[in-house]
Amino acid sequence: MAAYKTYIFVWVSLLVLTVVTVLVSYVNLGLWNAGAALTIASVKAGLVAYYFMHLRHETKLVVAFAIFPLLVLALILFGTLIDVYTR
Amino acid sequence: MASTTDKHNEAPSGAHKEAPVSARLGIWTFLATELLLFGGLFTAYAQFRGMYPELFHLQHLKLSRPLGALNTVVLLTSSLTMAVAIGAVRRARQKTMNLCLMLTLALAGVFLVIKYIEWSHDFAEGIFPKTNIFWGLYFVMTGLHGLHVVGGMAVLAALIVLARKDRINAEHSAPVEVFGLYWHFVDLIWIYLFPLLYLIG
Repeated sequence: MAAYKTYIFVWVSLLVLTVVTVLVSYVNLGLWNAGAALTIASVKAGLVAYYFMHLRHETKLVVAFAIFPLLVLALILFGTLIDVYTR
Repeated sequence: MASTTDKHNEAPSGAHKEAPVSARLGIWTFLATELLLFGGLFTAYAQFRGMYPELFHLQHLKLSRPLGALNTVVLLTSSLTMAVAIGAVRRARQKTMNLCLMLTLALAGVFLVIKYIEWSHDFAEGIFPKTNIFWGLYFVMTGLHGLHVVGGMAVLAALIVLARKDRINAEHSAPVEVFGLYWHFVDLIWIYLFPLLYLIG
């Protein structure tokens, strides 16, 4: 059972973060609402990838396969959005 | 944390003997293409949100945050049951794995039912994909995500049948391990869709 404990702990953390992000969304922080929501989402995504998707025990090559597409996506987002957000 | 009772599970060396590294690289490569598929939509979302911030703000208020949050909880829980299913098959606990796979399938079904309720509510209000760019993106993004859930359910059903025939076990667990990565990825996409559409619009 011991190893399942980690999974349950991660799951509880994910639920807590979900509650936090919903509560924060009812507070008007202006631009910071988007920042807070995306930061919390990224923490959740990190937890899922690191624990549920076993990245913490993966070989370097597999980790590289997981991270590289994120860089490509960042490049696409940056290249596309630099126009509309700097007008 | 990873107090490993059995030798080949979650050993710090990282070598799971069950799913060969080629299988893991294969599914991660597939997930890379999936990320860029959704990534295109995320890019479109960010672009149009930058162009029409007021429209996005006003329209997103029409979405039900409680239902969106509930669906988030459902999908996160299905990720937990999937992770436990893989933990179970590595320990050769067939019954636990079968139970967890069926729970995952059931939770995926619950997710789609809630999504169905939301969409029917939107349609009843006269909101359609063509209403405006926010709803166009909303229906395409949640629709594509929903299709991934449906596809996942089909594979899950196949895995449950295979597990019944003892074709999936501690010696041959690659199908479950590989599917688990796909399932967590579908969860990851929702982790971003939920705040983008429901919370910050």
